[in-house]
Amino acid sequence: MPKELMDGNRAMAEAAVRAGCRYFFGYPITPQSEIPEYLSLRLPQVGGVYLQAESEVSAINMVYGAAGAGARVLTASSSPGISLMSEGISYIAAAELPCVIINVMRGGPGLGNIAPAQGDYNQAVRGIGHGDFNLIVLAPNSVQEMADYTILAFELADKYRNPVMILVDGLLGQMMEPVEFKEEPPKQFPKPWATTGAKDRPRNIINTLFIEPEELERLNLKLQEKYEQIKQEECRCENYLTEDAEIIVAAFGSCSRIAKAAVEEARELGIKAGLCRPITLWPFPEESVRKAAQKAKACLTAEMNAGQMVFDVRMALKDRIPVHHYGRMGGAVPTPGEILAQIKKIEVQING
Amino acid sequence: MHHEIIIAGFGGQGILFAGQLLTHAGMVEGKHVSWIPSYGPEMRGGTANCSVVISDRGISSPIVTEPTILMAFNGPSLEKFENRIKPEGFIFYNSSIIKRDPQNPKASSYGVPVNEMAEGLGNSKVANMVMLGALIEITKIVSPETLLLSLEKALGRRKKNMLSLNEEALKAGREYAVQRLK
Repeated sequence: MPKELMDGNRAMAEAAVRAGCRYFFGYPITPQSEIPEYLSLRLPQVGGVYLQAESEVSAINMVYGAAGAGARVLTASSSPGISLMSEGISYIAAAELPCVIINVMRGGPGLGNIAPAQGDYNQAVRGIGHGDFNLIVLAPNSVQEMADYTILAFELADKYRNPVMILVDGLLGQMMEPVEFKEEPPKQFPKPWATTGAKDRPRNIINTLFIEPEELERLNLKLQEKYEQIKQEECRCENYLTEDAEIIVAAFGSCSRIAKAAVEEARELGIKAGLCRPITLWPFPEESVRKAAQKAKACLTAEMNAGQMVFDVRMALKDRIPVHHYGRMGGAVPTPGEILAQIKKIEVQING
Repeated sequence: MHHEIIIAGFGGQGILFAGQLLTHAGMVEGKHVSWIPSYGPEMRGGTANCSVVISDRGISSPIVTEPTILMAFNGPSLEKFENRIKPEGFIFYNSSIIKRDPQNPKASSYGVPVNEMAEGLGNSKVANMVMLGALIEITKIVSPETLLLSLEKALGRRKKNMLSLNEEALKAGREYAVQRLK
């Protein structure tokens, strides 16, 4: 396949179709609206269904239904819309149904604005809704990765019978870069649990109501066992220039691109900086973060929020070294120069 | 080769389209490329800008803070970005409506009367193509042949009738650069 120039939102939408997704339910909100716009044209071409619901609450319950019937199904929204979906997402996780949810984050809290931000990190990695559950959260940082990880998201969702979130922001959603779609067919998984009509087999039941505490505890234990397995098998992380790094910059998503430029500029100045980029935000790649920081004397998280990833980085590093934070909020995007200034400040602190 | 470009002007001047075209041509020529719009509740007559990176090496940050090239289609855009240009950078500005020289002695500045030239070709909307023509002639950032291929692809079948006019506008911009700017 030749490369195409595409924005991140459309690349994720096209990748979903290639992953075998035939159902999209959502409600428009900037900066993700290119996804429903694209799928409203594309899904009917492949015999799929595009449906604009009357609200996000309704959309996520349509996703619940389609997932229960065994379909590959997608919804997408942006920060406030994702908050509205949280009850339904908890039901989907409890019913152990696979689906993919894209959050193209915008400035918050509240109605906020439509500029890029990363303020929904905690919401995404701490389960989003009520009860003990986790989403698998993927954080791509380029248009190519947005396409690749959308396909991966559908595979992981089916493999673990768990909702998967792709957490990006308006910058990645709107940015155009070359993207190449692979020709290989996506992995498929049998779904004997799906409610597809009970002809010649006992009926399947999808339910999240368990009156007896012991029964609900059994479900919880089963979920926890699954989450443990996901933690063991699915951590992903990219470490760049970290082998000899004295200062580790930890960043994810669009901010990791900016941090990468800052790390390169620091290296040109002779500062031993490296970049640690978690790709799965849940499960958090603790081993890789520790490995990146083997020789480090300090860590800096660079995020477009108030420091939401700091806790996870500190837990991973067990507070062996200080973890600083630099962040912009409300839709403001840091420059490489701003992050470089922080790296220089830390360099002075550790090396005098 | 590594260029970071900001294209800025009024909404409706084809700012974002010009950026996409340049980005696509860069990709066709095997370069690493990225394009970011200043997306927002934009409207015709409001301000619009986009950031383009075209490079021989992988692009770390697609955010452009110190461009090597500025294409300013109106006064406010020149004012906003002229002092951020890297030394030995380029400023291309719309001299039809910007009646002063850019205030950056370290950059090479080129005024092109793109509005008048586009109107001379019969359609004010191709001012962006005139400017792109001048840009590629001076900087050689992509070849005119590739840019034409990208233009053909971008216009598609539906707007194929617009191809020759856009092609003429590119050519006019290049010729202006050869005769008046070099």
